[in-house]
Amino acid sequence: MKILVCMKQVPQKDAPLKLNEAGTWIREDLSYEVNEPDAYALEEALRQKEKHGGEVVVITAGPARAQQVLREGLAKGADRAIHLEDAAFVGLDAFNTARAFAAAIQDEPFDLIFTGLQSDDYGYAQTGVILAELLGWPHATIIMQIEKSDSGGASSSIRVKRELEAGFFQYVDLPLPAVLTIQSGINKLRYATLIGIKQAKNKPMRKVAMAEVQSAVGPNQQKIERLYIPQKTKKTEMLEGSPGEIAKKLVDKLRNEVRVL
Amino acid sequence: MDILVIVEQTGGKLNRVSWETLAGAQAIAAETGGAVEAAVLGSGISSVAAEVAAKKVARVFALESPQLAAYTPDAFAAALQQFLSDKKPKLVLMPHTYQVRDFAPKLATALGRALISDVIGYKKDGDRLLFTRQMFQGKFAADVSFAGEPPHFVTFQTGAFRGDQAQAGASAAPIETVTIEVPAAALRNKPQEAFKEAKQAVDLTQAGIIVAVGRGIKEQKNIELAQQLAQALGGELAASRPICDSGWLPMDRQIGSSGQTVAPKLYLALGISGAIQHIVGMKGSRTIIAINKDAEAPIFEIADYGVAANLFDVVPPLIEEIKKAKAGA
Repeated sequence: MKILVCMKQVPQKDAPLKLNEAGTWIREDLSYEVNEPDAYALEEALRQKEKHGGEVVVITAGPARAQQVLREGLAKGADRAIHLEDAAFVGLDAFNTARAFAAAIQDEPFDLIFTGLQSDDYGYAQTGVILAELLGWPHATIIMQIEKSDSGGASSSIRVKRELEAGFFQYVDLPLPAVLTIQSGINKLRYATLIGIKQAKNKPMRKVAMAEVQSAVGPNQQKIERLYIPQKTKKTEMLEGSPGEIAKKLVDKLRNEVRVL
Repeated sequence: MDILVIVEQTGGKLNRVSWETLAGAQAIAAETGGAVEAAVLGSGISSVAAEVAAKKVARVFALESPQLAAYTPDAFAAALQQFLSDKKPKLVLMPHTYQVRDFAPKLATALGRALISDVIGYKKDGDRLLFTRQMFQGKFAADVSFAGEPPHFVTFQTGAFRGDQAQAGASAAPIETVTIEVPAAALRNKPQEAFKEAKQAVDLTQAGIIVAVGRGIKEQKNIELAQQLAQALGGELAASRPICDSGWLPMDRQIGSSGQTVAPKLYLALGISGAIQHIVGMKGSRTIIAINKDAEAPIFEIADYGVAANLFDVVPPLIEEIKKAKAGA
């Protein structure tokens, strides 16, 4: 089993975000981390490899700082990494990101590609499905479990458990190669070990410049005209004071306004 | 064709969120002057088509095929690709359901077009439309335009429009049945029947008071504090997805797009930042109180009462005050 895991670097959850001067993007001088759903995708790939053997390759697109998510992937057990390295990748829409990935891996025969189910920055929830369509592969989204995989030559297939809405689930069989978007919580994340971090330094990292995939990428078909802090739809009454005073004010609201006491 | 709404049905039953998409389409049409048509896909869907035809739409297309009986991304994308190549709508609107998320990016890609997903509203900007979507987990909003050729695909987040505002038509709209041929060999995914896990132990939808915890609770042992608050109020304990993913509370106590949708009298959010996936599950609550140390957290956008403070400072005295109030009452 040869599995590619698409990973993204996103702003850290607690990082204070500021708008750039043009009001079209955030200022990028902040702390970043691995997009959380992608961490679950990587973990699932590592578990599949531990069960069935094979190789796990991590890929990302972004400037030099994005290499950190690949280093983390390698430290946790991925075998090698592919870095589409250019600041311009950050501004690509999902269609173009998928096209760049497809171009970068065109000479590599993968059995499976995993992505997180969506990113914490754009939140398109599209790149994995688009990548499958570009490659001509089947896909399944919001995967909660990989039940079995028969890697028996030409008839290889996989059974996955999809999460549906309203508490429903569904098993789906699909042939390989395939793209799966992985739901958060599918597994328990591992930590990188010291040995893993050390070994990661010697693992191969292929760099792909924008020029190498440029011919596959077109103009963005959707454009962010303006980014802004959302207007409040509700008038929030902020309660202030010492913890004791706040507690008293809250109880007053609970008794006289909400009427639950 | 101007605007096409793709409604969702399962087993001949309309997914009610489709009315929200239709209400959004009607609102856009009222401003831009276009006509709204609707399409439904499946097998044996005439009654769903008739239900949609009672609304204010120019026409309803029933895309019928035995291959559409069970949902597969291959069949749905292939059927709609055929249909849209023929009808050439300018704008295709869909609800942002798990099913649509599964096939819509594939469909748009097959046609070489763009999909603006998870949209919460629109703005008219001269001759064009801008679609508003949340970014960075709701900390920002973005107005997004289409740069390429139509059809332009948009999915609407649940709650973006009010389904009860979908207007009824003066008379039933004509229904046109379109027979779609999808070769069985083209369907690569073999789906099994949908099922529920062992039945849910708690039905949070019936709770009048919910105390919900998010990442701000920090450690599993701190869940106890939230439990004490829930007990003092006589409410149920719930959580955002990360808490259940970590196994700190069982999955059946999860609120949000992948958990339960609730509308209690009181929703008290402790250390919940307010990611979109959580908000859609609780924004219908009568009163929302949020306690979060980050004053910029999106949860305060929808809270009635906000406390920008450390929950570990505020909750212990709050429990005492509630106990005092109840003892005195």
